[in-house]
Amino acid sequence: MIFFWAFVIGGLICVIGQIMFDVFKLSPAHTLSILVIAGAILDGLGWYEPLIDFAGAGATVPITSFGNSLVHGAMQEADKHGLIGVVTGMFEVTSAGISAAIIFGVIGAMIFKPKG
Amino acid sequence: MGDKKKQKLQPNQQRYQAFQQKRETKRPVFKNCIKAFLIGGFICFIGQLISTFYIYQFNFTEKTAGNPTIATLIFITMLLTGFGVYDRIAQVAGAGSAVPVTGFGNAVISSAIEYRSEGFILGVGSNMLKLAGPVIVYGVFSAFVVAIIKTILTQWGGF
Repeated sequence: MIFFWAFVIGGLICVIGQIMFDVFKLSPAHTLSILVIAGAILDGLGWYEPLIDFAGAGATVPITSFGNSLVHGAMQEADKHGLIGVVTGMFEVTSAGISAAIIFGVIGAMIFKPKG
Repeated sequence: MGDKKKQKLQPNQQRYQAFQQKRETKRPVFKNCIKAFLIGGFICFIGQLISTFYIYQFNFTEKTAGNPTIATLIFITMLLTGFGVYDRIAQVAGAGSAVPVTGFGNAVISSAIEYRSEGFILGVGSNMLKLAGPVIVYGVFSAFVVAIIKTILTQWGGF
């Protein structure tokens, strides 16, 4: 069942992005930034965790999860160390996405030649 | 276009604007949304397959499986981007391929490959995050604001 909801919720988040592209005529960079900010706010309100429980990868794969895990890392450290933890814990949970993108980016640049 | 901006234009420019607006092809919003839904949903479905694999093979929980899943998806994106397949998917899918983390990975990896000709430090290193930069910057900043507010409310406000 979780496969079905992953498909539906993930698809719906992409539809929201597509509506921002087509109806509000935003650039991809604007759209993605807004979605990340939305993810951060949703996690601040405590609504993103139930969505992950419900939809699994449908909620963790879209870029909104990025904002969610940034807030999560910050809050984890904040519980231990107070306000300074917000700054130091920021990348604790998110690191996978950014480090994977950078590592595979460099590897990709080594392996593949630019086209055209 | 706002009225204020319109007043500054010459009459013939205004006429051109009106003409251009009339001629602009209407975007097939509904059709694009369906495509984005199907392809975006499919990417998340694959993500779910990968995280189920991690949960059963390596004892991750539903919550901790997110990170290895994302890393795996970005690895797959590297291959698809390198062989030029991702661009073709993106032409059809629009937001369906841009919104999942694979789109983020694609933005980083494609600019890394593209700027390779300018050298590894000045080309790849400095241009890699050109497209993905805004996402990281505003993600971090908004997370900072949200976390500060939440910390103050929970730790000092006693909620």
